[in-house]
Amino acid sequence: MNKNSKFDTASIRRAVDAQKGVKAPKKYLIGRLWKYLYHYKWLLLLAAVLTISSNLFSLVGPTLSGRAIDAIELGKGKVDFSTVFFYASLMICFYILSSVMSYVLSIIMIKLSRSVVYRMRRDVFDRLTRLPVSFFDRHQTGEIISIISYDIDTINASLSTDLLHIATSLITVVGSLVMMLTICPPLVLVFTVTIPASILFTRYMSKRVRPLYRKRSIKLGELNGYIEEITSGLKTIKAYNREDVMINRFDEHNLDAVDAYFETEYYGRVTGPSVNFINNISLALVSVFGSLLYLAGGISLGDISSFVLYSRKFSGPINEFANIISELQSAFAAAERVFRLMDELPEPEDAPDALTLTDVRGDVRFDHVTFGYENGKTILRDLNFTADSGKLIAIVGPTGAGKTTIINLLMRFYDINEGSITVDGHDIRDVTRASLRRAYTMVLQDTWLFHGTIFENIAYGKDGATLAEVEAAAKAAKIDGYIKRLPNGYNTVLSDNGVNISKGQKQLLTIARAMLIDSKMLILDEATSNVDTQTERKIQAAMRSMMQGKTCFVIAHRLSTIRDADLILVMRDGQIVETGTHDSLIAANGFYASLYRSQFDREEDLKAVQ
Amino acid sequence: MKKIIHYLRPYIPLMCLGLTIKFIGTIMDLALPWILSYIIDDVVPRGSKTGIFLWGGAMILCAAVSIVGNISANRIAAKVSRNTTERIRHDLFARTMRLSCSQSDRFTLPSLISRLTSDTYNVHHMFSMMQRLGVRAPILLVGGICVTITLEPVLTLVLVAVLPLLALVVWLVSRHVIPLYTLVQNAIDKIVRKVQENITGVRVIKALSKSDYERARFDEINKDAVKREQRAGMVTNITSPVMNLLLNGGLTAVIVVGAFRVNAGLTQPGKIIAFLSYFTIILNAMMMVTRIFVNLSKGTASARRIAEVLEAEPDLAVTERNHVNNGYHIEFDNVTFSYNKTEPNISGLSFGLKRGQTLGIIGATGSGKTTIVSLLMRFYDPDSGVVRIDGDDIRGIPDDELRSRFGVVLQNDFLMADTILENIRFGRDISDEDIIRAAEVAQADAFIREKEDGYNYVLTGMGTNLSGGQKQRLLIARALAGNPEILILDDSSSALDYKTDAALRSALRRSCEGVTKVIIAQRVSSIRSADLIIMLDDGQVIGMGTHSELMKNCESYREIAEAQMGDGME
Repeated sequence: MNKNSKFDTASIRRAVDAQKGVKAPKKYLIGRLWKYLYHYKWLLLLAAVLTISSNLFSLVGPTLSGRAIDAIELGKGKVDFSTVFFYASLMICFYILSSVMSYVLSIIMIKLSRSVVYRMRRDVFDRLTRLPVSFFDRHQTGEIISIISYDIDTINASLSTDLLHIATSLITVVGSLVMMLTICPPLVLVFTVTIPASILFTRYMSKRVRPLYRKRSIKLGELNGYIEEITSGLKTIKAYNREDVMINRFDEHNLDAVDAYFETEYYGRVTGPSVNFINNISLALVSVFGSLLYLAGGISLGDISSFVLYSRKFSGPINEFANIISELQSAFAAAERVFRLMDELPEPEDAPDALTLTDVRGDVRFDHVTFGYENGKTILRDLNFTADSGKLIAIVGPTGAGKTTIINLLMRFYDINEGSITVDGHDIRDVTRASLRRAYTMVLQDTWLFHGTIFENIAYGKDGATLAEVEAAAKAAKIDGYIKRLPNGYNTVLSDNGVNISKGQKQLLTIARAMLIDSKMLILDEATSNVDTQTERKIQAAMRSMMQGKTCFVIAHRLSTIRDADLILVMRDGQIVETGTHDSLIAANGFYASLYRSQFDREEDLKAVQ
Repeated sequence: MKKIIHYLRPYIPLMCLGLTIKFIGTIMDLALPWILSYIIDDVVPRGSKTGIFLWGGAMILCAAVSIVGNISANRIAAKVSRNTTERIRHDLFARTMRLSCSQSDRFTLPSLISRLTSDTYNVHHMFSMMQRLGVRAPILLVGGICVTITLEPVLTLVLVAVLPLLALVVWLVSRHVIPLYTLVQNAIDKIVRKVQENITGVRVIKALSKSDYERARFDEINKDAVKREQRAGMVTNITSPVMNLLLNGGLTAVIVVGAFRVNAGLTQPGKIIAFLSYFTIILNAMMMVTRIFVNLSKGTASARRIAEVLEAEPDLAVTERNHVNNGYHIEFDNVTFSYNKTEPNISGLSFGLKRGQTLGIIGATGSGKTTIVSLLMRFYDPDSGVVRIDGDDIRGIPDDELRSRFGVVLQNDFLMADTILENIRFGRDISDEDIIRAAEVAQADAFIREKEDGYNYVLTGMGTNLSGGQKQRLLIARALAGNPEILILDDSSSALDYKTDAALRSALRRSCEGVTKVIIAQRVSSIRSADLIIMLDDGQVIGMGTHSELMKNCESYREIAEAQMGDGME
């Protein structure tokens, strides 16, 4: 089992908090971000060593040039050229070395930050694949995309570089402080006013700025959500000539997004100049007090100038610090969103003693099943039926009667509220989801094909399917002819819209995919609704052989296709109102009979016209 | 890139103002150490306390001007980049909405999405970064060089001689790096696609237990993206060390040349020392320039991707009006069309339909039924032949005028995460009464009223909280609500049960008398009463006429009809 998918009570609590919109504490965020960096601790350490040594290196340069200048200083006609050349060539060597070092450092930093990005993306995607179906019914695709692209990138833009900056800044600050204390302790008193002022101000600003960054992430996510939604409907919008309306709505989202960016930028960029201002004030104070102290005889002129030099060295990093802290806020705001997604509750783990379904017979039983998608709103009420192995179960009823819901429950996309569903006598909550789902083959009305070759799409359900098998399935599904005529045949890539493929052809491809899968139970939800009658008849034989010996659940509107069903469940408003075979239901003259007759009437009517 | 820079043009005065303020702020910032050295070198030795306080006050004043200047300049810069990005993103979205179908096919949707999001974001970042750092670096650079010239012109020349080399490095690197960042963005497209696919296909993936497989696929894409990002980063980061090396090499040359000049008595050693301290300033400025540069290359790659879409030529241009008096509302005149320009998907199609008539299209899966609709609505232009509405070649009718005539339900049609009411209204100016009337005709009113919020019931994205049949009725209501001249239903009652379908058809007959209808269907019963029925097979018309004519003349049609009629009876 993957370690990530295990979760303790703490992570449940966090996830619950996250859903309530409770903000994650900063310490928790830092800890979690650190975990990602810690994974690359050796790289991190190497980077730190290189940074420090290159900082120390930077002190060598001036010394060397100083020596060279000493040799020049002898004056006109007396310049010691051999010394000058010696140090000049040393300098060149040294600069080459230092450039190489800094390049190595930057490569390490790229490696580090990209590795962290890689892990984060992987972890987010990993969680996505483990989330229950209901999550995707609730969340916009574009917002999820925004998290995996923008938010993760934002974290990294600051995290890896900023951390190193902070580390090196700290070294400089401490060093300078020590130097200043040795020169003139009373003057350092000036900083006891200005440094706390800087710190307080930075803290205040970062508190103010963080919600702004949070807003920026949210607004950008919403914008992405809108873009993703609208681009999926481009053709319809064109057909209705609604481009302008959609653009106007887009403008609102766009305005929100750029405003949020503007605010973070504006307020975020107040910190830098402000802290710089405080530093400048302290510089002025140092000059004034230093000068007064000098007049009072407390300090030498040379000391003032070194003190000032160090204090400037000192304020530089503090300034940078303030900038970095404000930038880190954007990383925190983004991290909140990334971790919230990672903390979404996955499908509950299979019970530790969960059974793996093997050698499935295909006996399915619904026993007093009650279910609703939302609390308090029941869709199915006290549902009972038995589907014996190899039987054909048809589910009919008006649209919206809850037929698709039964499929969601069979596949355990949702868990029932009351009652039990059993397969071969095992409650499906006691078997592993993977083995339960593998026991079914499913063909849905909404076809799903992915960016990949036709071969890959058909072979998707069967690992290691050969081309011959795929071709046989495609032939049985009567789609082989179409595929062969494509420029690259089975290797044609199905891109988003590039290949002209009709909905009916997509259904045939998914049927071919299903034909390759060998499982004991079959679900057909309007599997051929967009396939024309001729083709449907042509694939009938293949469909029959696919259904042979399997427990089949069929949803269909063409009542004729289900006349042979062993059991027909007639649904209406979430209830099964009638059950029986076609003949017995017709004889009972109830709801099914009236549904059937309405169809029958139409055809009768048609006959009359002829 | 030019195209994107163009967007900055209206803000040039504002930018100039901002840059001037920033300039003043920066000068004030640089004046501080100068005042400081003045105090220490000149004021303090004089022992004047008032002088000290006076100049101390001047420092505080400078600091104050600097903070006010920097903050307000940042504000202006942020404002400029905000406004520019807003306009670029607006234009990009507007252009995306108006891309022809073949163009958006070519760009692909995931790529359009990432261009609109990640690329516009990169450009925003580039604009604000450039304005922030773009002032200080040049001031320091130019200022530093000016001061060194006054100090020692000959030595400055030695240093300046390095600058062309620096320019060469920047040019070479940027030439390599911009394509690399384009590759990075292309990899982001793939990530977007994979995530999108996994969300839309979640049921299938779970049903087939393919999560591990999908994770492995994503891992490949992720690895590829990271590799590209690393490669781009590694090339970009060459700049900084190389520039450092070149400048420091120049510095060494200065010392050596200086040594000769001192030896010849042309300059003093003190000047070389001063020269070196200013050199640090120049070096820092160059470092800033590299930071700008990194940002710039990433931004440029994104800007190019944006410009690609913005500059896409409108490929379905509106030609001159071309009218023929033919008495038909819709006419196809010998139309041939192929998506991939190899095998025709529709060949030599001709038919005419009078106002108020109904056209039924039937035929095997993939036989070209939907293509007819795409051509009629001018999603694509025919390769040869003419499509006319009211005698006008549709290529001569502006898109908005053309499409305002239609009410259409496409296959796989689009529902938004919004209320039912808004989904039917679809941004048009239609009263609630008309919407309800349309919903009644579409047989949707009853199920809508059963929802807890009725017409205000909020759909989830793609309408996943409706059943297939409910979605189709909602879409039909949308098509009807605008009182169209031409109603197109592309296989849009496939998920309806027979009873609802029959009720829908009779309601349509009653309430849409003057409306010309194009109905694509699988069931003969759906199109049986049409004035004209076209039977297609593989892009060819194999039968055309009324139901009874086709029953007589077209064998395939008769087979289907008999098969389906047999369906309903024992």
